[in-house]
Amino acid sequence: MTEAKNVMVFIEADRGRVADVSLELVCEAGRLAERLGGTVEAAAMGYGMTEALADLGRYGCRRVYYTEDRRLERFASVPYAKITADIIRRRTPKVVLFGASTTGRDVAPRVASILRCGLTADCTELDIGDYRFKDRQWEDVLLQIRPAFGGNIVATIVSPESVPSMATVREGVMRLIESDPEARAEVLREAVSLGGDDFPTEIIEVIEQERCVDLKSARIIVAAGVGASDPESLKLVRQLARLLGGVVGASRPVVDACVLPRDHQVGQTGTTVRPNLYVACGISGQIQHRAGMAESKRIIAINRDPDAPIFDVAHYGIVGDVREVIPRMIKAYKVRGTL
Amino acid sequence: MPLKIIVTVKQVPDTHNVSGDAMKPDGTVNRAALPAIFNPEDLNALEEALRIKDTLGGTVTAVTMGPPGASEVLRECLYRGADDVVLLSDRRFAGADTLATSYTLACAIRKLGDFDLILCGRQAIDGDTAQVGPQIAEKLGINQFTSVSEVIDVSTDHITVRRTIESGFEILRSGLPVLLTITSDANEPRPPSAKRAMAYKRIGRQACQGDFDEAYIQPGVCGPLDFIREWNADSIGADPQRCGLSGSPTKVKKVQNVVLTASDSRKVPNTDADIAKLIHDLIEENILG
Repeated sequence: MTEAKNVMVFIEADRGRVADVSLELVCEAGRLAERLGGTVEAAAMGYGMTEALADLGRYGCRRVYYTEDRRLERFASVPYAKITADIIRRRTPKVVLFGASTTGRDVAPRVASILRCGLTADCTELDIGDYRFKDRQWEDVLLQIRPAFGGNIVATIVSPESVPSMATVREGVMRLIESDPEARAEVLREAVSLGGDDFPTEIIEVIEQERCVDLKSARIIVAAGVGASDPESLKLVRQLARLLGGVVGASRPVVDACVLPRDHQVGQTGTTVRPNLYVACGISGQIQHRAGMAESKRIIAINRDPDAPIFDVAHYGIVGDVREVIPRMIKAYKVRGTL
Repeated sequence: MPLKIIVTVKQVPDTHNVSGDAMKPDGTVNRAALPAIFNPEDLNALEEALRIKDTLGGTVTAVTMGPPGASEVLRECLYRGADDVVLLSDRRFAGADTLATSYTLACAIRKLGDFDLILCGRQAIDGDTAQVGPQIAEKLGINQFTSVSEVIDVSTDHITVRRTIESGFEILRSGLPVLLTITSDANEPRPPSAKRAMAYKRIGRQACQGDFDEAYIQPGVCGPLDFIREWNADSIGADPQRCGLSGSPTKVKKVQNVVLTASDSRKVPNTDADIAKLIHDLIEENILG
């Protein structure tokens, strides 16, 4: 048997549309596959997805192993895990990547348990490198980098003996690049025999709930922390966000206190964001929060405490009360052009 | 027919309240400086189990894997209404990743005999992996629902839940047995009962090797527990090669302190003029439109 060197991506889809996180992972898989001298493959299951899957070629995917069945139209743990494990066994990739979404984090551990292989959750960075332990050395292993211990440290995890090495990867951290708009992936039908026992879940209803805010694609985010969670400050935060054409974000304590809905939460347990401008209002900047916004192009931090950790990641630090600073910003923006 | 419910719980360092002295100078975490707490979402799992028991009757058995000190979370389970608790403790369990942990827990659950429901917290705050629940379900060959934010209906043979996903919710139904991972939105955990706390405050541990006696936990039959049962790898019939460090395919290569600093950082005085200048600069750079 030839040595495994391909990188496989588990494709997540909603009503036939491939999820953004899967596209991001196909792009990242391309980078890793180049290092390993392999190609990018995908494992997919669903119904009526052939066209959408061939389209993965645009992002650098060479082949898609696809199991089609009407009963697979929506995600279900047991059959999805079984099929994915079957495809991995037959195609022997070196690395398998899943989105760290509710789907990926449901199916990946089940697949890892079937295959008894290593799985690292919620990675924010991947690489290929060597691993040395005592007098042994492994070459070209997947380096799985993730925040650990509530975000207080970053750990590099390896699964040197495990074939494949598997990881779930957080949405929004890998860049989406369309490498060749004309390229098509080869879609190969993967037959897996499925019986009634493989479908123990009955889907009674799916309730779509519009997110009240789309942090991920926002170009400007004005976020409220505990220091801006009183009604007056919050009103100013909203006003500033509206004026600048941005959206309102929040730190975890503000969401935990039910001041703003969970969709607004920025940070490690919320959404990872990288807007053009992030205005942190009254946010002290716990590591979990900073990890979710430090990649923003420009960061303005407003806090009464000059020692607040948020100032470490801010490009512009303003020491002062939100209720004083925001009105100044609003005023300055309104008279722009007159300077 | 009363339900037999298993809850998996974990004692974790309180990573959400890391103070200055919990970080060592080299940037690693000083676990000893952090208080050990009941993993928050495991309390939600326990609460859900107790509610189901209150409605349909049955028994709630809490299982944890950890050093002897982890029996503290089992005491907490007893204070809140668990009927039975098991501590899985063995040097050979140490250093386990999620695969080895789920193997050990699955061996113990199998040893506990037939069951209807397994409830886990969605994830533990020390690792935030959310992997152990699904891996236990796979090892026991049962269905799973993760990120359950509401148990809508449960009978002696079916359960209906609401699962939170990115685009909203799914309402899902399954026959029993099934494993659920419960989120913090699902319920408000009850406080410990003073009466039960008095009864179990000093309950000790006792290593058990022999066969498990089902009658031991029949509620109302044997009365309150005499001790916390402690099992090792041999008592649950686990292959030591699949437990702990030797059963863990993942290894930690290195650990680094998180250093997040802006490339260029400057203070902006809180005055009309300086803030106006800042806004002006951002407009010039096309950061603001």
